[in-house]
Amino acid sequence: MTRHVIARADEIAPGSSRIVTVAGREIGVFNVGGDFYALANRCPHAGAALCEGFISGLVGADGPNKYRLERKGEFIRCPYHGWEFDIRTGQSWCDPNSMKVRQFSITVAPGETLVKGPYVAETFAVQVEENYVVVDL
Amino acid sequence: MKLPLDGAIDCDAHMSVPNVAALLPFMSDYWRDQIVNRYIDRSGFNLMSYPPRSPFTVRDDWRPAPDTDGLDGLRRNLLEPFRLSTAICHTLHGSIALFNEDMGAEFCKAVNSWVARERLDREPRLRASILVHAQNPALAVEEIERCAEDARFVAVLVPVMGDNPLGRRIYWPIYEACERHGLSLAVHAGSTYRHAPTAAGWTSFQSEDYVLQSSAFENLIVSFLAEGVFQKFQDLKLVCMESGFTWLPTLIWRSSKTWRGVRTEVPWLDRVPSEIIRERIRLTLQPVDAPRDAKILNRILEQIASDDMLLFSTDYPHSQFDGEDVLPDGLSDDLIRKIAIDNPLAAFPRLASAHVGHKEQKRQEIAQ
Repeated sequence: MTRHVIARADEIAPGSSRIVTVAGREIGVFNVGGDFYALANRCPHAGAALCEGFISGLVGADGPNKYRLERKGEFIRCPYHGWEFDIRTGQSWCDPNSMKVRQFSITVAPGETLVKGPYVAETFAVQVEENYVVVDL
Repeated sequence: MKLPLDGAIDCDAHMSVPNVAALLPFMSDYWRDQIVNRYIDRSGFNLMSYPPRSPFTVRDDWRPAPDTDGLDGLRRNLLEPFRLSTAICHTLHGSIALFNEDMGAEFCKAVNSWVARERLDREPRLRASILVHAQNPALAVEEIERCAEDARFVAVLVPVMGDNPLGRRIYWPIYEACERHGLSLAVHAGSTYRHAPTAAGWTSFQSEDYVLQSSAFENLIVSFLAEGVFQKFQDLKLVCMESGFTWLPTLIWRSSKTWRGVRTEVPWLDRVPSEIIRERIRLTLQPVDAPRDAKILNRILEQIASDDMLLFSTDYPHSQFDGEDVLPDGLSDDLIRKIAIDNPLAAFPRLASAHVGHKEQKRQEIAQ
Protein backbone atom coordinates (compact mmCIF):
# COMPACT_ATOMS: atom_id res chain seq x y z
CA MET A 1 0.00 0.00 0.00
CA THR A 2 1.20 3.44 -0.83
CA ARG A 3 0.51 6.37 1.42
CA HIS A 4 -0.82 9.45 -0.36
CA VAL A 5 -1.01 12.86 1.22
CA ILE A 6 -4.39 14.40 0.44
CA ALA A 7 -4.52 17.74 2.19
CA ARG A 8 -3.56 19.62 5.25
CA ALA A 9 -5.88 18.50 8.04
CA ASP A 10 -7.12 22.03 8.70
CA GLU A 11 -8.20 22.41 5.08
CA ILE A 12 -11.14 19.99 5.58
CA ALA A 13 -13.19 21.44 8.40
CA PRO A 14 -15.45 19.27 10.60
CA GLY A 15 -18.70 18.59 8.70
CA SER A 16 -17.12 19.18 5.31
CA SER A 17 -15.50 16.99 2.71
CA ARG A 18 -13.23 17.12 -0.27
CA ILE A 19 -13.10 14.98 -3.38
CA VAL A 20 -9.57 14.15 -4.51
CA THR A 21 -8.07 11.97 -7.20
CA VAL A 22 -5.56 9.48 -5.91
CA ALA A 23 -3.83 7.02 -8.26
CA GLY A 24 -6.57 7.69 -10.82
CA ARG A 25 -9.45 7.12 -8.39
CA GLU A 26 -11.88 9.68 -7.08
CA ILE A 27 -12.13 9.54 -3.34
CA GLY A 28 -14.26 11.62 -0.99
CA VAL A 29 -12.53 12.56 2.24
CA PHE A 30 -14.87 13.52 5.10
CA ASN A 31 -14.19 15.20 8.38
CA VAL A 32 -16.83 13.89 10.80
CA GLY A 33 -16.39 15.70 14.07
CA GLY A 34 -12.61 15.70 13.78
CA ASP A 35 -12.28 12.11 12.53
CA PHE A 36 -11.39 11.55 8.90
CA TYR A 37 -12.99 8.92 6.63
CA ALA A 38 -12.55 8.19 2.94
CA LEU A 39 -15.08 6.63 0.55
CA ALA A 40 -14.94 5.87 -3.15
CA ASN A 41 -16.81 8.56 -5.07
CA ARG A 42 -18.97 5.94 -6.72
CA CYS A 43 -22.30 4.69 -5.44
CA PRO A 44 -22.37 0.87 -5.52
CA HIS A 45 -25.99 1.01 -6.64
CA ALA A 46 -25.84 2.92 -9.94
CA GLY A 47 -22.40 4.51 -10.06
CA ALA A 48 -23.31 8.09 -9.18
CA ALA A 49 -20.77 10.49 -7.68
CA LEU A 50 -21.83 9.54 -4.18
CA CYS A 51 -19.57 11.94 -2.35
CA GLU A 52 -21.27 14.91 -4.02
CA GLY A 53 -24.46 14.01 -2.19
CA PHE A 54 -25.51 15.86 0.91
CA ILE A 55 -24.31 14.99 4.35
CA SER A 56 -26.94 14.46 6.98
CA GLY A 57 -27.82 12.32 9.94
CA LEU A 58 -29.77 9.13 10.37
CA VAL A 59 -33.53 9.60 10.37
CA GLY A 60 -35.44 7.23 12.60
CA ALA A 61 -38.78 7.02 14.37
CA ASP A 62 -40.32 5.54 17.48
CA GLY A 63 -43.49 4.83 15.52
CA PRO A 64 -45.62 7.01 13.24
CA ASN A 65 -45.33 10.73 13.97
CA LYS A 66 -42.38 10.21 16.37
CA TYR A 67 -39.47 11.42 14.30
CA ARG A 68 -35.79 11.36 15.32
CA LEU A 69 -32.63 12.69 13.71
CA GLU A 70 -29.54 11.04 15.13
CA ARG A 71 -25.84 10.73 14.34
CA LYS A 72 -25.80 14.12 12.65
CA GLY A 73 -23.18 14.47 9.94
CA GLU A 74 -22.45 10.74 9.79
CA PHE A 75 -24.53 9.85 6.72
CA ILE A 76 -24.33 10.79 3.08
CA ARG A 77 -27.24 10.55 0.65
CA CYS A 78 -26.55 9.66 -2.94
CA PRO A 79 -27.50 12.45 -5.36
CA TYR A 80 -29.11 9.98 -7.78
CA HIS A 81 -31.59 7.96 -5.70
CA GLY A 82 -31.26 9.22 -2.16
CA TRP A 83 -29.81 6.01 -0.77
CA GLU A 84 -28.11 6.59 2.57
CA PHE A 85 -24.60 5.43 3.41
CA ASP A 86 -22.80 5.48 6.73
CA ILE A 87 -19.73 7.66 6.17
CA ARG A 88 -17.83 5.83 8.92
CA THR A 89 -18.25 2.36 7.39
CA GLY A 90 -19.52 2.79 3.83
CA GLN A 91 -22.49 0.60 4.72
CA SER A 92 -25.80 1.19 2.99
CA TRP A 93 -28.56 1.87 5.48
CA CYS A 94 -31.46 0.44 3.44
CA ASP A 95 -29.69 -2.64 2.16
CA PRO A 96 -26.78 -3.31 4.51
CA ASN A 97 -26.24 -6.90 3.41
CA SER A 98 -25.58 -6.33 -0.23
CA MET A 99 -24.60 -2.67 -0.54
CA LYS A 100 -21.36 -1.22 0.71
CA VAL A 101 -19.24 1.62 -0.63
CA ARG A 102 -15.54 0.94 -1.02
CA GLN A 103 -13.85 2.45 1.97
CA PHE A 104 -10.23 3.48 2.31
CA SER A 105 -8.09 3.59 5.38
CA ILE A 106 -7.18 7.10 6.31
CA THR A 107 -4.89 8.60 8.89
CA VAL A 108 -3.73 12.00 10.01
CA ALA A 109 0.03 12.08 10.22
CA PRO A 110 2.40 14.81 11.35
CA GLY A 111 4.29 16.41 8.48
CA GLU A 112 7.66 15.31 9.85
CA THR A 113 6.87 11.63 9.29
CA LEU A 114 6.00 12.12 5.64
CA VAL A 115 9.15 12.01 3.66
CA LYS A 116 7.76 12.15 0.17
CA GLY A 117 4.38 12.34 -1.45
CA PRO A 118 2.40 13.75 -4.32
CA TYR A 119 1.66 16.84 -2.29
CA VAL A 120 3.30 20.00 -3.65
CA ALA A 121 6.85 20.08 -2.38
CA GLU A 122 6.95 23.76 -1.54
CA THR A 123 3.87 23.59 0.64
CA PHE A 124 5.18 20.42 2.16
CA ALA A 125 8.40 22.05 2.99
CA VAL A 126 6.97 25.25 4.39
CA GLN A 127 4.32 23.66 6.47
CA VAL A 128 6.13 20.65 7.73
CA GLU A 129 4.86 21.27 11.24
CA GLU A 130 1.22 20.80 10.18
CA ASN A 131 -0.81 17.56 10.27
CA TYR A 132 -1.69 15.96 6.94
CA VAL A 133 -4.54 13.74 5.86
CA VAL A 134 -3.09 10.58 4.35
CA VAL A 135 -4.90 7.83 2.48
CA ASP A 136 -3.59 4.29 2.04
CA LEU A 137 -4.26 2.95 -1.43
CA MET B 1 -59.55 -28.13 -9.83
CA LYS B 2 -61.85 -29.23 -7.01
CA LEU B 3 -60.92 -28.94 -3.35
CA PRO B 4 -59.16 -32.21 -2.49
CA LEU B 5 -59.88 -31.95 1.23
CA ASP B 6 -62.72 -31.60 3.71
CA GLY B 7 -63.03 -28.80 6.20
CA ALA B 8 -61.77 -25.86 4.17
CA ILE B 9 -62.49 -22.38 5.50
CA ASP B 10 -64.09 -20.03 2.97
CA CYS B 11 -62.84 -16.56 3.87
CA ASP B 12 -64.97 -14.60 1.43
CA ALA B 13 -68.56 -15.61 0.92
CA HIS B 14 -71.50 -13.27 0.78
CA MET B 15 -74.94 -13.13 2.15
CA SER B 16 -77.39 -10.40 1.50
CA VAL B 17 -80.19 -8.91 3.48
CA PRO B 18 -83.35 -9.59 1.42
CA ASN B 19 -84.78 -6.09 1.84
CA VAL B 20 -84.92 -3.12 4.18
CA ALA B 21 -88.08 -4.45 5.81
CA ALA B 22 -86.01 -7.34 7.19
CA LEU B 23 -83.86 -4.83 9.05
CA LEU B 24 -86.67 -2.81 10.65
CA PRO B 25 -87.07 -5.12 13.67
CA PHE B 26 -83.44 -4.40 14.57
CA MET B 27 -83.78 -0.61 14.45
CA SER B 28 -84.78 1.88 17.12
CA ASP B 29 -88.28 3.33 17.14
CA TYR B 30 -87.03 6.61 15.76
CA TRP B 31 -85.24 5.07 12.82
CA ARG B 32 -88.03 2.60 12.05
CA ASP B 33 -90.37 5.58 11.86
CA GLN B 34 -87.97 7.54 9.63
CA ILE B 35 -87.25 4.64 7.29
CA VAL B 36 -90.92 3.77 6.79
CA ASN B 37 -92.37 7.29 6.64
CA ARG B 38 -89.72 8.52 4.25
CA TYR B 39 -90.19 5.44 2.02
CA ILE B 40 -86.54 4.61 2.49
CA ASP B 41 -87.59 0.98 2.90
CA ARG B 42 -88.38 0.89 -0.81
CA SER B 43 -84.73 1.34 -1.70
CA GLY B 44 -82.74 -1.77 -2.47
CA PHE B 45 -79.53 -0.44 -0.88
CA ASN B 46 -77.45 -2.29 -3.44
CA LEU B 47 -73.97 -0.94 -4.07
CA MET B 48 -73.39 0.05 -7.66
CA SER B 49 -70.33 -2.19 -7.85
CA TYR B 50 -72.70 -5.16 -7.85
CA PRO B 51 -75.91 -4.16 -9.61
CA PRO B 52 -78.54 -6.79 -8.78
CA ARG B 53 -79.10 -8.02 -12.33
CA SER B 54 -75.45 -8.09 -13.36
CA PRO B 55 -74.29 -11.59 -14.34
CA PHE B 56 -71.41 -11.16 -11.87
CA THR B 57 -73.70 -10.70 -8.91
CA VAL B 58 -74.96 -14.24 -8.64
CA ARG B 59 -73.72 -17.24 -10.58
CA ASP B 60 -76.53 -18.40 -12.77
CA ASP B 61 -76.88 -21.86 -11.25
CA TRP B 62 -76.79 -20.31 -7.79
CA ARG B 63 -79.48 -17.70 -8.41
CA PRO B 64 -82.13 -18.26 -5.74
CA ALA B 65 -85.73 -18.82 -6.68
CA PRO B 66 -87.82 -15.76 -5.82
CA ASP B 67 -89.03 -15.57 -2.22
CA THR B 68 -86.67 -18.24 -0.94
CA ASP B 69 -84.46 -17.84 2.04
CA GLY B 70 -80.87 -17.37 0.91
CA LEU B 71 -79.66 -19.62 3.71
CA ASP B 72 -80.93 -22.79 2.02
CA GLY B 73 -79.02 -21.86 -1.12
CA LEU B 74 -75.92 -21.13 0.92
CA ARG B 75 -76.05 -24.62 2.43
CA ARG B 76 -76.92 -26.37 -0.82
CA ASN B 77 -74.54 -24.48 -3.12
CA LEU B 78 -71.65 -23.67 -0.83
CA LEU B 79 -71.32 -25.38 2.55
CA GLU B 80 -72.23 -28.88 1.39
CA PRO B 81 -70.66 -29.31 -2.07
CA PHE B 82 -67.36 -27.75 -0.98
CA ARG B 83 -67.46 -29.67 2.35
CA LEU B 84 -66.54 -26.50 4.25
CA SER B 85 -65.98 -26.43 7.98
CA THR B 86 -66.61 -22.69 8.02
CA ALA B 87 -67.65 -19.89 5.71
CA ILE B 88 -66.90 -16.32 6.74
CA CYS B 89 -69.67 -14.25 5.24
CA HIS B 90 -69.56 -10.57 4.47
CA THR B 91 -72.62 -8.43 3.98
CA LEU B 92 -71.70 -5.34 2.02
CA HIS B 93 -74.88 -3.37 2.49
CA GLY B 94 -75.42 -0.19 0.49
CA SER B 95 -76.02 1.82 3.66
CA ILE B 96 -72.25 2.21 4.10
CA ALA B 97 -72.47 4.80 1.33
CA LEU B 98 -74.98 7.00 3.16
CA PHE B 99 -73.73 10.49 3.97
CA ASN B 100 -75.91 10.66 7.08
CA GLU B 101 -73.61 8.85 9.47
CA ASP B 102 -76.27 8.37 12.15
CA MET B 103 -78.50 6.61 9.64
CA GLY B 104 -75.49 4.72 8.29
CA ALA B 105 -74.53 3.53 11.76
CA GLU B 106 -78.12 2.47 12.52
CA PHE B 107 -78.29 0.47 9.30
CA CYS B 108 -74.97 -1.23 10.08
CA LYS B 109 -76.24 -2.12 13.53
CA ALA B 110 -79.41 -3.57 12.00
CA VAL B 111 -77.46 -5.51 9.36
CA ASN B 112 -75.15 -7.02 11.98
CA SER B 113 -78.08 -7.93 14.19
CA TRP B 114 -79.87 -9.50 11.24
CA VAL B 115 -76.73 -11.48 10.38
CA ALA B 116 -76.46 -12.78 13.95
CA ARG B 117 -80.13 -13.68 14.25
CA GLU B 118 -81.02 -14.86 10.75
CA ARG B 119 -77.77 -16.50 9.73
CA LEU B 120 -75.31 -17.20 12.54
CA ASP B 121 -78.00 -18.48 14.94
CA ARG B 122 -79.37 -20.78 12.26
CA GLU B 123 -76.18 -22.18 10.73
CA PRO B 124 -73.24 -23.06 12.98
CA ARG B 125 -70.77 -23.29 10.10
CA LEU B 126 -71.11 -19.56 9.41
CA ARG B 127 -68.98 -16.76 10.76
CA ALA B 128 -69.32 -13.11 9.81
CA SER B 129 -67.69 -9.72 9.72
CA ILE B 130 -69.02 -6.66 11.52
CA LEU B 131 -70.17 -4.11 8.96
CA VAL B 132 -69.23 -0.56 9.96
CA HIS B 133 -69.89 2.88 8.52
CA ALA B 134 -66.31 4.11 8.53
CA GLN B 135 -67.12 7.76 7.75
CA ASN B 136 -67.52 8.24 11.49
CA PRO B 137 -64.88 6.11 13.20
CA ALA B 138 -66.29 6.78 16.69
CA LEU B 139 -69.67 5.32 15.69
CA ALA B 140 -67.88 2.45 13.96
CA VAL B 141 -66.01 1.68 17.18
CA GLU B 142 -69.31 1.69 19.12
CA GLU B 143 -70.68 -0.91 16.75
CA ILE B 144 -67.52 -3.01 17.03
CA GLU B 145 -67.81 -2.89 20.80
CA ARG B 146 -71.47 -3.91 20.62
CA CYS B 147 -70.78 -6.93 18.40
CA ALA B 148 -67.37 -7.99 19.70
CA GLU B 149 -68.68 -10.08 22.54
CA ASP B 150 -70.26 -12.43 19.99
CA ALA B 151 -67.29 -14.63 19.03
CA ARG B 152 -68.96 -15.59 15.75
CA PHE B 153 -67.98 -12.18 14.43
CA VAL B 154 -64.37 -12.64 13.40
CA ALA B 155 -63.61 -9.45 11.45
CA VAL B 156 -64.57 -5.84 10.81
CA LEU B 157 -65.70 -5.07 7.27
CA VAL B 158 -65.02 -1.89 5.30
CA PRO B 159 -64.93 -1.27 1.54
CA VAL B 160 -61.56 -0.56 -0.03
CA MET B 161 -62.67 2.86 -1.30
CA GLY B 162 -64.16 5.28 1.22
CA ASP B 163 -63.71 8.90 2.24
CA ASN B 164 -59.93 8.74 2.72
CA PRO B 165 -57.05 6.37 2.15
CA LEU B 166 -57.58 3.72 4.80
CA GLY B 167 -54.15 4.08 6.39
CA ARG B 168 -54.92 7.61 7.60
CA ARG B 169 -54.89 8.22 11.33
CA ILE B 170 -58.55 9.20 11.37
CA TYR B 171 -59.35 5.47 11.05
CA TRP B 172 -56.97 4.29 13.74
CA PRO B 173 -59.62 4.02 16.46
CA ILE B 174 -61.22 1.32 14.30
CA TYR B 175 -57.94 -0.56 14.05
CA GLU B 176 -57.30 -0.15 17.75
CA ALA B 177 -60.70 -1.72 18.44
CA CYS B 178 -59.96 -4.56 16.00
CA GLU B 179 -56.69 -5.28 17.73
CA ARG B 180 -58.22 -5.10 21.20
CA HIS B 181 -60.84 -7.70 20.33
CA GLY B 182 -58.75 -9.95 18.09
CA LEU B 183 -60.90 -9.01 15.11
CA SER B 184 -59.23 -9.01 11.70
CA LEU B 185 -59.74 -6.08 9.36
CA ALA B 186 -61.52 -7.33 6.25
CA VAL B 187 -61.22 -4.79 3.46
CA HIS B 188 -63.48 -5.79 0.62
CA ALA B 189 -63.70 -4.65 -2.97
CA GLY B 190 -66.24 -1.86 -3.28
CA SER B 191 -66.65 1.84 -2.88
CA THR B 192 -68.82 4.33 -1.07
CA TYR B 193 -68.35 6.50 -4.19
CA ARG B 194 -67.06 9.52 -2.34
CA HIS B 195 -64.48 9.67 -5.11
CA ALA B 196 -64.27 8.35 -8.63
CA PRO B 197 -62.98 4.79 -8.69
CA THR B 198 -59.97 5.93 -10.71
CA ALA B 199 -57.57 8.67 -9.80
CA ALA B 200 -58.21 10.28 -13.18
CA GLY B 201 -61.97 10.59 -12.80
CA TRP B 202 -65.22 8.81 -13.39
CA THR B 203 -65.47 5.76 -15.60
CA SER B 204 -68.17 5.10 -18.17
CA PHE B 205 -68.72 1.41 -17.59
CA GLN B 206 -69.24 -0.99 -14.72
CA SER B 207 -66.65 -3.33 -16.19
CA GLU B 208 -64.02 -0.62 -15.71
CA ASP B 209 -65.09 -0.26 -12.12
CA TYR B 210 -64.62 -3.97 -11.50
CA VAL B 211 -61.25 -4.32 -13.23
CA LEU B 212 -59.89 -1.31 -11.37
CA GLN B 213 -60.69 -2.63 -7.90
CA SER B 214 -57.22 -4.15 -7.76
CA SER B 215 -55.62 -0.72 -8.06
CA ALA B 216 -57.67 0.40 -5.06
CA PHE B 217 -56.10 -2.46 -3.09
CA GLU B 218 -52.69 -1.26 -4.16
CA ASN B 219 -53.65 2.16 -2.78
CA LEU B 220 -54.74 0.51 0.45
CA ILE B 221 -51.46 -1.35 0.94
CA VAL B 222 -49.31 1.66 0.08
CA SER B 223 -51.37 3.80 2.46
CA PHE B 224 -51.07 1.27 5.32
CA LEU B 225 -47.33 1.05 4.78
CA ALA B 226 -46.65 4.76 4.53
CA GLU B 227 -48.89 5.79 7.41
CA GLY B 228 -47.22 3.22 9.65
CA VAL B 229 -50.40 1.29 10.49
CA PHE B 230 -48.48 -1.98 10.70
CA GLN B 231 -45.95 -0.47 13.12
CA LYS B 232 -48.64 1.13 15.25
CA PHE B 233 -50.85 -1.96 15.41
CA GLN B 234 -48.50 -4.90 15.63
CA ASP B 235 -51.27 -7.50 16.04
CA LEU B 236 -53.73 -6.16 13.48
CA LYS B 237 -54.49 -8.63 10.69
CA LEU B 238 -55.32 -7.06 7.33
CA VAL B 239 -57.20 -9.22 4.85
CA CYS B 240 -57.89 -8.02 1.31
CA MET B 241 -61.10 -9.58 0.09
CA GLU B 242 -61.97 -10.12 -3.56
CA SER B 243 -58.86 -8.15 -4.42
CA GLY B 244 -57.21 -10.56 -6.82
CA PHE B 245 -53.55 -11.21 -6.06
CA THR B 246 -51.70 -11.51 -9.36
CA TRP B 247 -50.81 -7.79 -9.22
CA LEU B 248 -48.99 -8.25 -5.94
CA PRO B 249 -45.41 -8.91 -7.17
CA THR B 250 -45.11 -5.58 -8.96
CA LEU B 251 -46.42 -3.73 -5.91
CA ILE B 252 -43.94 -5.54 -3.66
CA TRP B 253 -41.08 -4.60 -5.97
CA ARG B 254 -42.17 -1.02 -6.51
CA SER B 255 -42.77 -0.25 -2.83
CA SER B 256 -39.44 -1.75 -1.83
CA LYS B 257 -37.49 0.02 -4.55
CA THR B 258 -39.05 3.38 -3.76
CA TRP B 259 -38.55 2.95 -0.02
CA ARG B 260 -34.77 2.78 -0.46
CA GLY B 261 -34.67 6.34 -1.73
CA VAL B 262 -37.41 8.05 0.28
CA ARG B 263 -37.25 6.13 3.53
CA THR B 264 -36.49 9.29 5.50
CA GLU B 265 -39.95 10.65 4.75
CA VAL B 266 -41.59 7.70 6.53
CA PRO B 267 -38.88 6.65 8.97
CA TRP B 268 -41.19 4.34 10.96
CA LEU B 269 -40.89 1.99 8.01
CA ASP B 270 -37.86 0.37 9.55
CA ARG B 271 -37.79 -2.62 7.23
CA VAL B 272 -38.01 -3.09 3.51
CA PRO B 273 -41.74 -3.06 2.57
CA SER B 274 -41.54 -6.46 0.89
CA GLU B 275 -40.99 -8.05 4.31
CA ILE B 276 -43.85 -6.14 5.91
CA ILE B 277 -46.23 -6.98 3.06
CA ARG B 278 -45.41 -10.68 3.25
CA GLU B 279 -45.80 -10.77 7.01
CA ARG B 280 -48.87 -8.64 7.50
CA ILE B 281 -51.11 -8.77 4.44
CA ARG B 282 -53.42 -11.60 3.49
CA LEU B 283 -55.55 -11.91 0.34
CA THR B 284 -58.45 -14.14 -0.60
CA LEU B 285 -58.04 -16.58 -3.46
CA GLN B 286 -60.96 -15.72 -5.74
CA PRO B 287 -60.98 -14.11 -8.23
CA VAL B 288 -57.89 -15.79 -9.67
CA ASP B 289 -56.92 -13.55 -12.56
CA ALA B 290 -54.01 -15.61 -13.92
CA PRO B 291 -54.41 -17.56 -17.15
CA ARG B 292 -55.23 -21.25 -16.76
CA ASP B 293 -51.65 -22.32 -17.50
CA ALA B 294 -50.36 -23.57 -14.14
CA LYS B 295 -46.80 -22.57 -15.07
CA ILE B 296 -47.82 -18.93 -15.24
CA LEU B 297 -49.64 -19.03 -11.93
CA ASN B 298 -46.75 -20.76 -10.24
CA ARG B 299 -44.37 -18.14 -11.52
CA ILE B 300 -46.51 -15.45 -9.89
CA LEU B 301 -46.60 -17.44 -6.65
CA GLU B 302 -42.81 -17.72 -6.75
CA GLN B 303 -42.60 -13.96 -7.13
CA ILE B 304 -44.99 -13.41 -4.23
CA ALA B 305 -42.58 -15.71 -2.37
CA SER B 306 -44.78 -16.55 0.59
CA ASP B 307 -47.05 -19.54 1.25
CA ASP B 308 -48.78 -17.68 4.04
CA MET B 309 -50.58 -14.93 2.16
CA LEU B 310 -53.46 -16.56 0.28
CA LEU B 311 -56.71 -17.56 1.94
CA PHE B 312 -59.24 -19.89 0.39
CA SER B 313 -62.38 -18.18 -0.86
CA THR B 314 -65.23 -18.89 -3.23
CA ASP B 315 -66.62 -15.34 -3.40
CA TYR B 316 -70.02 -17.07 -3.29
CA PRO B 317 -72.42 -16.34 -4.94
CA HIS B 318 -70.47 -14.20 -7.38
CA SER B 319 -69.51 -15.85 -10.60
CA GLN B 320 -65.74 -16.45 -10.43
CA PHE B 321 -65.35 -20.10 -11.51
CA ASP B 322 -67.37 -22.92 -13.05
CA GLY B 323 -68.83 -25.95 -11.30
CA GLU B 324 -66.82 -26.87 -8.24
CA ASP B 325 -63.42 -26.05 -9.76
CA VAL B 326 -62.71 -23.44 -7.15
CA LEU B 327 -58.93 -23.95 -7.09
CA PRO B 328 -56.65 -23.00 -9.96
CA ASP B 329 -54.62 -25.90 -11.36
CA GLY B 330 -51.02 -26.42 -10.36
CA LEU B 331 -51.08 -25.79 -6.60
CA SER B 332 -49.11 -28.28 -4.50
CA ASP B 333 -50.94 -30.34 -1.85
CA ASP B 334 -49.06 -28.54 0.90
CA LEU B 335 -50.01 -25.16 -0.45
CA ILE B 336 -53.65 -26.17 -0.82
CA ARG B 337 -53.72 -27.28 2.79
CA LYS B 338 -52.21 -23.95 3.87
CA ILE B 339 -54.55 -21.88 1.73
CA ALA B 340 -57.64 -23.85 2.74
CA ILE B 341 -57.09 -24.24 6.49
CA ASP B 342 -53.85 -23.04 8.10
CA ASN B 343 -53.69 -19.56 6.60
CA PRO B 344 -57.34 -18.73 7.35
CA LEU B 345 -56.89 -19.83 10.97
CA ALA B 346 -53.87 -17.54 11.27
CA ALA B 347 -55.56 -14.63 9.52
CA PHE B 348 -58.70 -14.81 11.66
CA PRO B 349 -57.57 -15.62 15.21
CA ARG B 350 -61.16 -15.63 16.42
CA LEU B 351 -61.90 -18.73 14.33
CA ALA B 352 -59.87 -20.81 16.76
CA SER B 353 -62.04 -19.90 19.72
CA ALA B 354 -65.25 -19.28 17.89
CA HIS B 355 -66.82 -22.64 18.69
CA VAL B 356 -67.22 -21.33 22.22
CA GLY B 357 -69.30 -18.20 22.63
CA HIS B 358 -67.23 -15.34 23.95
CA LYS B 359 -69.46 -14.87 27.00
CA GLU B 360 -69.22 -18.55 27.81
CA GLN B 361 -65.47 -18.41 27.38
CA LYS B 362 -65.31 -15.50 29.78
CA ARG B 363 -67.36 -17.45 32.26
CA GLN B 364 -64.92 -20.34 31.94
CA GLU B 365 -61.98 -18.03 32.42
CA ILE B 366 -63.59 -16.60 35.51
CA ALA B 367 -64.35 -20.13 36.78
CA GLN B 368 -60.69 -21.09 36.39
